[in-house]
Amino acid sequence: MSEHIDSIRTYTLVLLALLVLTAVTTLVAFVDLGEFSVVVALAIAVCKMLLVALFFMHVRHSTKLTKLVVLGGLLWLAILLMLTLSDFTTRGWIGVPGR
Amino acid sequence: MASEAQAHAETAALRVQFDTEAQQKDASTLGMWIFLITEVMFFGGMFTAYTVYRRAYSDAFAVASSSLNVTIGAINTAVLLFSSFTMVMAVRASQLGQRRMIVLFLVLTLIFGGMFLGVKAYEWNEKFEQHHVPGPSFHMEGVAQQGHAQLFFSLYFAMTGLHAAHMVIGVGLLSWLIWMANKGKFTAEYNTPVDIAGLYWHFVDVIWIFLFPLLYLIDRHLPK
Amino acid sequence: MNTAAIHEREDYLNVSHGLKSWLLTKDHKRIGLLYLATITLFFFLGGLFATVIRIELLTPGGGLVSSETYNKLFTMHGVTMIFFFLIPSIPAVLGNFFLPMMIGARDLAFPRINLISWYLLVIGGLFALFAMLAGGVDTGWTFYTPYSTTYSNTWVIATALGIFVAGFSSILTGLNFIVTIHTMRAPGLTWFRMPLFVWAHYATSLIQVLGTPVLAVTIVLVLCERVFHIGIFDPALGGDPVLFQHLFWFYSHPAVYIMILPAMGVVSELVSTFSRKAIFGYRVVAFSSVAIAVLGFLVWGHHMFVSGQSVFAGMAFSFLSYFVAIPSAIKVFNWTATLYKGSISWETPMLYAFGFIGLFTIGGLTGLFVAALGIDVHVTDTYFVVAHFHYIMVGGAIMAYLGGLHYWWPKMTGRMYPEGWAKLSALVIFLGFNLTFFPQFILGYLGMPRRYHTYPEEFQVLHVLSTAGASVLAVGYAIPMIYFAWSLKYGAMAGTNPWGASGLEWKTPSPPPLHNFDTTPVVTHDAYDYSTVVGEAVEIG
Repeated sequence: MSEHIDSIRTYTLVLLALLVLTAVTTLVAFVDLGEFSVVVALAIAVCKMLLVALFFMHVRHSTKLTKLVVLGGLLWLAILLMLTLSDFTTRGWIGVPGR
Repeated sequence: MASEAQAHAETAALRVQFDTEAQQKDASTLGMWIFLITEVMFFGGMFTAYTVYRRAYSDAFAVASSSLNVTIGAINTAVLLFSSFTMVMAVRASQLGQRRMIVLFLVLTLIFGGMFLGVKAYEWNEKFEQHHVPGPSFHMEGVAQQGHAQLFFSLYFAMTGLHAAHMVIGVGLLSWLIWMANKGKFTAEYNTPVDIAGLYWHFVDVIWIFLFPLLYLIDRHLPK
Repeated sequence: MNTAAIHEREDYLNVSHGLKSWLLTKDHKRIGLLYLATITLFFFLGGLFATVIRIELLTPGGGLVSSETYNKLFTMHGVTMIFFFLIPSIPAVLGNFFLPMMIGARDLAFPRINLISWYLLVIGGLFALFAMLAGGVDTGWTFYTPYSTTYSNTWVIATALGIFVAGFSSILTGLNFIVTIHTMRAPGLTWFRMPLFVWAHYATSLIQVLGTPVLAVTIVLVLCERVFHIGIFDPALGGDPVLFQHLFWFYSHPAVYIMILPAMGVVSELVSTFSRKAIFGYRVVAFSSVAIAVLGFLVWGHHMFVSGQSVFAGMAFSFLSYFVAIPSAIKVFNWTATLYKGSISWETPMLYAFGFIGLFTIGGLTGLFVAALGIDVHVTDTYFVVAHFHYIMVGGAIMAYLGGLHYWWPKMTGRMYPEGWAKLSALVIFLGFNLTFFPQFILGYLGMPRRYHTYPEEFQVLHVLSTAGASVLAVGYAIPMIYFAWSLKYGAMAGTNPWGASGLEWKTPSPPPLHNFDTTPVVTHDAYDYSTVVGEAVEIG
């Protein structure tokens, strides 16, 4: 089975990108972006996750099944978060006292 | 009509239940990925609890978060990123069958992992001294709702604690890998354990990639 | 017939001897039997708790046990039956044994992890058993906070740890099955040629790996709160017990599909074999299994209609709950269509399959009742709900489990069970079950709350009927224990394919050799293809 072996250069560039993003997210946290702060922080975290997953975990060279498994996991986490929040964010929407 | 594949003598690279080494490697890799998905859901429960409480108690969470040392947190994040780099270099070395490089990079990964844990211990100790550990002696300055701030720290300790436990397991795995690699067990033809341990290590790093902003960087722009 | 010749043939049972060969086995078949022994013990334990509960409920004033003890009884009944019997049952016994054989493999992908799974169940069970013997736990199997975290003075930690450990048994089994099905199918065995039993276990395994970890982390949080007093769910700190319920039910609703999907897989095999006909709408049934697994994750809030959850979320969860009924109903229609113009024979496994179809349908339909917000407000926490889930889990899952045990017993042991006694006990179980649980629908509708051991006088008749039914049911369960054990020594020898069934497991001797097949089979036809199957007469004497 042939394996794609990435170069040291590739890995080094990814590491640098990750370090830069870490610095960015830290510094941006001190800037007042209002509601947008958490969005930016999460977006940067997602970018870092993608870099680690695609390059360090070799997802970009992986089989379709592996990619499906990764997406499935993230989707299920989203289901847990979204449906749970669907309760807490809609309290008081329907005019029943306390609910 | 039956195929030729039958029970055969067992080796590490070809266990008796598999027909080819490629099949075994595929199965091992898929198995590790599915395990990582279970870990996503495992940590996901805590992330859900965090999200619910942060929404409800955003002010207290912001104050509590600002009591964490952001410089140390950022440095620790970098340490872990370096460890992911050395880990993938170890995997690369195993793909090339470079025994001494495998050992070198695994040892470096172990060192970085150890550094992370050491810094974490220091941070936890600091929280203990500042009375930010949940319990009867908890007290946080500048927050009206002590309970809400305490919830932040309950989640802080639970999440970083769970993460640290996974790091410890990772350190154990690395130690075992170093021992095996040193004995020359990994070659370009058989490096699956290094590969899948690498997946585990990177995953633990990804968890921290999210823990850092969620715990350390809440509304840092607000005046103290 | 040459008994000596049979005993000379090497099979997975006689290939090695001694305790170590069992306790350190990597053979999926032996591990299946280890699970069989373990869960049978837990079934007895859970049944013991049920017995005391039903005796207590004979009289309106209680009196046999105190309220505190009663709380412990129903808690431990639920914990034992759900986590240590039902969740493992079909996958760990029949799935472990037959999944590799059905796909033409020599074992699962990870045999050592399979053994670890069994040890985790045992260790988890020992923790829970310790808790029960040391004084019990009284939180209900749902261990809602803040009672479980703050106020209960019972063995919550030990029980929770037991469930936590057993949860990993479930996760690892699911992981093993998924990888096995993806990577170890025999040549020619495409996804749509697999038996529906395999599809059902694939879907179950998806639930196990995606849902159980959330229960595990919820237990961790409860333990942190109880042991270290760090309040996550403590209202005094602003903690939210409803958050606990979301996290708990995110797993525990899909958990019921972990319990029923394998049962449906068994029923597909039984209905096909005993009507000697391919399952009608094979692909639809396969997709329905996966659909149940997926949809099952979107409905958990229907356990929380009266918890304080928002009305909007309640409506959303109610709406989604109706969808999950659809694939289940589709399966019932497909089994029925399979029976039509089939060549039906009435051996014991088929009796259980019929029992399943009828009782699961009743249980499932009553699920629609409780899925309706308006009705649920009235029947939640009443015996209506208790009857609903017992119809599915006992009338459904346990019947399918027994049907599968009978069906595959000859393959696992090389022996036939006595058909007359088996048919009798199937009938006794069916009658006992309905007498136990049908009155409970009425009780619940009339307002009898669950988890109460005292009640108004006017409910007594129905309770007495239920308890009478339970004693019949107990007899029904006892008989197979006896004749299965008897059959190991005295049962008629079973041939390779006593039922004339299709499927790769019926093409290898009974009991199978260690590695299942001498050479890996090559599959050239669909599942349930009877054109090439030759059945055998069962040899008596």
